[in-house]
Amino acid sequence: MNMLKKLGCSVAAVMLALNLGVVAQAKDYKTVTIAMEGAYEPWNLTDPSGKIVGFEVDVANDLCKRIQAECKIIAQDWDGMIPGLQAGKFDVIMDGMSITEERLKTIDFSKPYASTPASLVVNKTGPLAKLPGTGTTINLTKNPKEGEAAIAALKAALKGKTIGVQVSTIHATFADTYFKDVATIREYKTTDEHDADLMAGRLDAVLADTTAEMPVLAKPEAKDLMFAGTQFSAGPIFGMGVGMGIRKDDAELTKKFNTALDAAFADGTIKKLSLQWFKMDTAP
Amino acid sequence: MTFVDLLGFGPKGWGLALLTGAFLTLIVSIVALLIGSAFGALIAWAKLSKSLAANMVGDAYTTLFRGVPELLIIYLFYFGGSSVVSGIAHGFGLSGFHDVPPFVAGALAVGLISGAYQGEVYRGAYLAIARGEVEAAIAVGMSRGLMFRRILVPQVLRFALPGLGNTWQLTLKDSALVSVTGLVDLMRESAMAAGSTHRYMTFYVAAGALYLVLTSVSGVLFNLAEARATRGLRRS
Amino acid sequence: MDFPFLSATMLRLLAVLPLTLELWALSILFGGILALGLTWLRSRKDKILPNLARAYVFVFRGTPLLVQLFLIYYGLGSMKEVQQSFLWPFLREPFYCAVLALAMNTAAYSSEIFRGALAAVPYGQIEAGIACGMSRWMRFRRIVFPIALRQALPAYSTEIILMTKATALGSLVTLMEVTGIAQKIKNDTYRALEVYLCAGLIYLVLNFAIARAMAALEYYLSPHLRAIPASRQSPNPAIVL
Repeated sequence: MNMLKKLGCSVAAVMLALNLGVVAQAKDYKTVTIAMEGAYEPWNLTDPSGKIVGFEVDVANDLCKRIQAECKIIAQDWDGMIPGLQAGKFDVIMDGMSITEERLKTIDFSKPYASTPASLVVNKTGPLAKLPGTGTTINLTKNPKEGEAAIAALKAALKGKTIGVQVSTIHATFADTYFKDVATIREYKTTDEHDADLMAGRLDAVLADTTAEMPVLAKPEAKDLMFAGTQFSAGPIFGMGVGMGIRKDDAELTKKFNTALDAAFADGTIKKLSLQWFKMDTAP
Repeated sequence: MTFVDLLGFGPKGWGLALLTGAFLTLIVSIVALLIGSAFGALIAWAKLSKSLAANMVGDAYTTLFRGVPELLIIYLFYFGGSSVVSGIAHGFGLSGFHDVPPFVAGALAVGLISGAYQGEVYRGAYLAIARGEVEAAIAVGMSRGLMFRRILVPQVLRFALPGLGNTWQLTLKDSALVSVTGLVDLMRESAMAAGSTHRYMTFYVAAGALYLVLTSVSGVLFNLAEARATRGLRRS
Repeated sequence: MDFPFLSATMLRLLAVLPLTLELWALSILFGGILALGLTWLRSRKDKILPNLARAYVFVFRGTPLLVQLFLIYYGLGSMKEVQQSFLWPFLREPFYCAVLALAMNTAAYSSEIFRGALAAVPYGQIEAGIACGMSRWMRFRRIVFPIALRQALPAYSTEIILMTKATALGSLVTLMEVTGIAQKIKNDTYRALEVYLCAGLIYLVLNFAIARAMAALEYYLSPHLRAIPASRQSPNPAIVL
């Protein structure tokens, strides 16, 4: 009995210590783990040596310097981003993830650090080369009526076609909401895969982020691809810009990053990085 | 960019990345094989035992891991595993993160699948040992432990080698599926390279070639081991 | 046990089971035909054909099915020559790419099974056929084929079950079969464990049914290995019926 009591006490003591240790560590924010896909050029991409580079890597490094934390960047598949954050696998998501009402139900976001429109990409020689609204962008929050008209026009043109999107993205939601009953929507694990199928002619169109598709269109293999149709930004589905995904109970961390973001915008760092990677200013 | 550029070891070349991936594939497969042999031995023992309960457990395990797609088992261990492990940890009062890293989830999943096949191999190998030897060991007065060590294990390994060679090839190929967890093995590396350069044919052919090297070299090694192990053995 | 969720998931998964079965059936069919062709090639006596078949089997047994699938879907799909060929209407669809990959893969393994089964036919039986004056074709039809079929069945049924598991890989090329839908549900609801357990159950039941069917077929094909039923035995032990 004595041995058992001793054993029980020591186990309890260890657990208590671990608990305290864990609790104490969690709110320190001296090291922050940031998850990125590493397959979303130019936001983040993996070079042949295995290192992740890109717009978000540079922004992350800058922000971490400002909040005086050591940042570790890890690769994570897109479809495991939110579950991974919830489970505690990492502390921040920086993967071109837009702030949406739906996502805000489960996680928190920092202030947006970029905002980019979405566009359809098609084959120049394909049936959708002449989509209505090519070259125009509509902000769905500011001009909902115009947006509705443009969407209706696109819907008519996309009848019977096949559209590719990346799974669990705002683009997938948009395609599902507006085009599901007229076109076939196919979901892909990565943007590379739907781009490959578009180039192969398996898809008639792809709905994706404009800045993510720009480096693809610049490649020689993609010489037959072009942006088409009205580009859209904002609105209930496309959200309110791209932000850092952070757990709801890490409000401290969110505040710290917001302060850092304000400073980074104020002294032009973000603008510089944006021009470097996107060749345009993507400030929200 | 030329073929050599893409696959070579230059700054834009993915050659080193692919080889690193192949190395990781090898490591995952070896770890899985070892896990599999531990479970396989247990399952063989369970199936050979007189106890009905043990037989049923062995059968259930084999049916499960041979009847459910490998991909699904890997998904289960990786995506489902984190919630199970965290749940257990929370049950113990530990908050914070408890993850199943891709390597562990993958190696464990492939290992358990391999164990189901290895169980059959060991069972067959055990049954191939002449009963007379076991009787002789008992007659001479060997303890069960000594008999296991001196008589059973060497002969089981000898008879199991062909089946093990087969299972190793299976494990090596199943390891390609672990790439869905994000583990940067050969499959994943070639998919990444193919995706970012849009040269799908090049990189998947390269990956196939590397897998072929791995399987054929393993095949040769196993054949040599078999020849060595069965020297002096009269096979019908 | 969230029964509403589990039953809703099960219904969604079962709804695509026909697609899985279609993929499986077509792969086995075309794979089997291809395997017969390969076995025939191996049986030739010249220099090139058997080696061609050997090379095919070596490559398809030495590389993972996933690599073969991606090669066919993305690799061939990225080639302009293929996109403009007559095969494009098929290779365009992930379903047919999957059928092709699975069929080519199973053909390699199946041809080895067939080859072994053919070699296992006792030569004495063939000699007897020759002695009776049977033609080559009649020998094949009456003697070699039935025996080889019986011999191949155990190994081939394992191969068939491996094929049902292989259909799950279709989900990795956007084919929305059972595993594909399971992934989608898991992505939408984050409830990985429950969804995967439902999917696993479906495959288990499917494979169990197939295993039973194969065992029944084996039983049906081997009446000579079973005990003679009492009604068929003659009362005089000297006369064997």
